[in-house]
Amino acid sequence: MQGRVVIVGTGHAAAQLASSLRQQGWQGEILLVGEEPCAPYQRPPLSKDYLVGERTADNILIRPAAAYASHGVDLLTGRRVLSIDRATKMIALDDGQQLSYQKLALCTGARARPASIRGVGSPGVFYLRTLADVDGIRANISPDKSAVIIGGGYIGLEAAAALRGLGMAVTLLELQERVLSRVCAPEVSDFYSRVHREEGVDIRVGVEVLTIENDGGVKTVVCSDGSRFHADLIIIGVGIIPNVELAEACGLAVDDGIVVDELARTSDPDIVAAGDCTNHPNDLLGRRVRLESVPNAMEQAKTAAGTLCDRPVPYQVYPWFWSDQYDLKLQIAGLSEGYDQVVLRGGKDRQRGFVAWYLRGGRLLAADCINRPKEFMVARQLLARKLAVAPAMLADETIDPKNWLS
Amino acid sequence: MPLIHYVEANGAEYEAEVPVGESVMQGAVDNMIDGILGECGGVCSCATCHCYVDEDWFDKVGPPEGSEQLMLEMVPDPEPTSRLSCQIKVTAELDGLIVRLPVSQY
Repeated sequence: MQGRVVIVGTGHAAAQLASSLRQQGWQGEILLVGEEPCAPYQRPPLSKDYLVGERTADNILIRPAAAYASHGVDLLTGRRVLSIDRATKMIALDDGQQLSYQKLALCTGARARPASIRGVGSPGVFYLRTLADVDGIRANISPDKSAVIIGGGYIGLEAAAALRGLGMAVTLLELQERVLSRVCAPEVSDFYSRVHREEGVDIRVGVEVLTIENDGGVKTVVCSDGSRFHADLIIIGVGIIPNVELAEACGLAVDDGIVVDELARTSDPDIVAAGDCTNHPNDLLGRRVRLESVPNAMEQAKTAAGTLCDRPVPYQVYPWFWSDQYDLKLQIAGLSEGYDQVVLRGGKDRQRGFVAWYLRGGRLLAADCINRPKEFMVARQLLARKLAVAPAMLADETIDPKNWLS
Repeated sequence: MPLIHYVEANGAEYEAEVPVGESVMQGAVDNMIDGILGECGGVCSCATCHCYVDEDWFDKVGPPEGSEQLMLEMVPDPEPTSRLSCQIKVTAELDGLIVRLPVSQY
């Protein structure tokens, strides 16, 4: 466990990998190289606390920049890796430097999916993925101005909640017939649409945006049905795509993400990968999967570090996610894809808290828990232990969910 | 600066100086102590910063409330002094605090 590990990327996976390498006994050099100009930071607050100005750039850092140096981890920011030569185990940087590695870790993450809309490059139009994106957005926030958000996924909805909280007029445009259509049951989509409308967001669904016209400051979003929306600020959140180009160019296996095994190994024995950029086999789900989440990035990074330190621990966990909007804390256990039944616990129309259980053939796949932390924790255990609970019981509020585990 | 003692499940002990106002979870992350993950960044969403507060310190730290309490009921291997360390803010009074970390955070 000597020699240099180069970690490409400075996101959640990279920061965790560096830390876990040190903890698990890597004694050689550890170098993090990333394009972004700052030390690794937490991405989730970008669409929440950081967007509204409640937190500064310094206090969303995963750890202070100095903490890397004090643990012997070198941090090279603002530098792009151009290529990897696997034969000579060298990487080339955009400033002409060539660096050798003993082991390489690809934590290249993902980037905002480009929207096919004319005028996306206009001033005042932003994606929401990086600190720089959100600094741009923040400079355009003003209570007496209006915003149009394109995309009704978690990022779009969280941004809508944040901007409403700051007093902006917000219109949200979604291409599909409901918000969160890719990830949630209609019951959950309805709930979030209702809450956002109550909070004053103008939600339009089934709307395809064609063009952003820019007429000196005020912009107009033009849709295929002829509708037009004026805005001072436009945010686009239509998904992300994994950064796999470096891996692809050096001949590593790539198939909807960098292909890794359960130990986070790529098709090259000296290269591991972790986080949003990877596609891994998950026995619990019974298939390969690419996940877009912080828990996946961190836990897979721990596995990758263990692999490099000859302490192999397979990465086998159920995915989980969270989203904070207004006073709603959504915690999601599992993946609902492929469900054939939805069971609700609690009244989705009246209250600000309920659970949507997703089942297939009577077997639990996932749970969306809104202001229901206990059910979330129980759901994770039910999934991990493959315990079955009758749908009628899942819905019954008189039963303490704890009882299902015994 | 208050000194916090972290004891991993395998017996490894770490000391870290953690600024007043920062959480016990953040103190572990800043010092690359891996037994605490803190996946949600400290918003009480994930329960991957579970710790057992040393019994002699539990009164000073205090019991969990609200959603922290509900989540702690369901973590792997809960104990009476379990807390989510993102919800423990370091104060001068907590100088010397000892927390033990569970075998697994998930």
